Amino acid sequence: MTARIRKLVTVMEAVEREAGQAVSPPAVRVCCAALVANPFAGRYVEDLSELIAVGAEMGSLLARRCLDLSGLKPEAIQSFGKAAMVGEAGEIEHAAAVLHPALGAPLREVLGGGKALVPSSKKMGGPGDTLDVPLGHKDAAYVRSHFDGMPIRISDGPRAGEILIAVALAPTGRPLPRVGGLTHDEITGTDGLR
Amino acid sequence: MPEPVVRKTALIVEEIFHEGGPAAETPLRRAALLCVIKNPFAGSYVEDIAGFMDDLKPLGVDMARKLVDALGGDPAVVEGYGKGAIIGTAGELEHGALWHVPGGYSMREILPSSNAIVPSTKKIGGPGTRLDVPVTHCNASYVRSHFDAMEVGLADGPKADEMLLALVMTTGPRIHARVGGLKASEIKGEDGLR
Repeated sequence: MTARIRKLVTVMEAVEREAGQAVSPPAVRVCCAALVANPFAGRYVEDLSELIAVGAEMGSLLARRCLDLSGLKPEAIQSFGKAAMVGEAGEIEHAAAVLHPALGAPLREVLGGGKALVPSSKKMGGPGDTLDVPLGHKDAAYVRSHFDGMPIRISDGPRAGEILIAVALAPTGRPLPRVGGLTHDEITGTDGLR
Repeated sequence: MPEPVVRKTALIVEEIFHEGGPAAETPLRRAALLCVIKNPFAGSYVEDIAGFMDDLKPLGVDMARKLVDALGGDPAVVEGYGKGAIIGTAGELEHGALWHVPGGYSMREILPSSNAIVPSTKKIGGPGTRLDVPVTHCNASYVRSHFDAMEVGLADGPKADEMLLALVMTTGPRIHARVGGLKASEIKGEDGLR
């Protein structure tokens, strides 16, 4: 593996009640985040292909960890998202290298598909900063009930020379969705949008 | 006394490979189960609260079981533990003290060698408040390599009328433990201390 991992953190949240109403089935979100060494920390490097390779490894590893912890089958996953936070000795372009060129394909391979764009977010940050990983329906980006996000936070990272890389998955939308729009049951699922 | 009403649960597993030193063959794992429940005493002073400890026992055992499952299902891998509570702002610290007995009981019910007192902490807080849950060796409190802690918390709880209950289990010493003291291999395991 190209990535030098210091720590992996996997979190599953389940909301069983919201505003006094039962949520059935519970609204579940899972996220796995890795703290990996940033090979380009502290210097300007033109060719970011090493981080692109790290992104590819993370797409598969983090998605698998999410499924392992939650016990969810790949076919149960309805939403996905990804995000990265770069420690202070790196640059925001390093997050782009991890996230955009190569992370999506192995993520979709673990899930057995996913027509939609993987929603993403990125920032610079330090230990204890919260990274909000966006979530959207994996086959139809316009499914309104599935527009969501999951915060992830690791108290001891990213250190200056590290990058926090996160993938979030969900088998449901928000707990009590009621703002209309396209629903999961209505999608065609061919163009990634509707 | 009322049965606990659960709004939300979160399961967190950290896998720590290294912290700048040699990477471990088997990563240290720390796992936490968080449960956000309604505080039945929020908003007023109630003298007689102790009965709620019994109501919390089944919840505690369920949380402890899920933690062991998240660590692979074998209770023998658990070497350290801790517990804690964050009480929402309409409650009082004494409500957190209700977790001492059922939180400790639940883990010691399930773990085979658990003569040591379960270290604990508690505080009043709100959504986003973090709690550093202390961790010590399950069978001998003085094992220095296992003095540890796991930071936990949730973005959306506890709300004012809620309490967040936490259990933590770990699978070994700090990743680069090297400050001497009683070793896990040296304990007698009779008095819970050494």
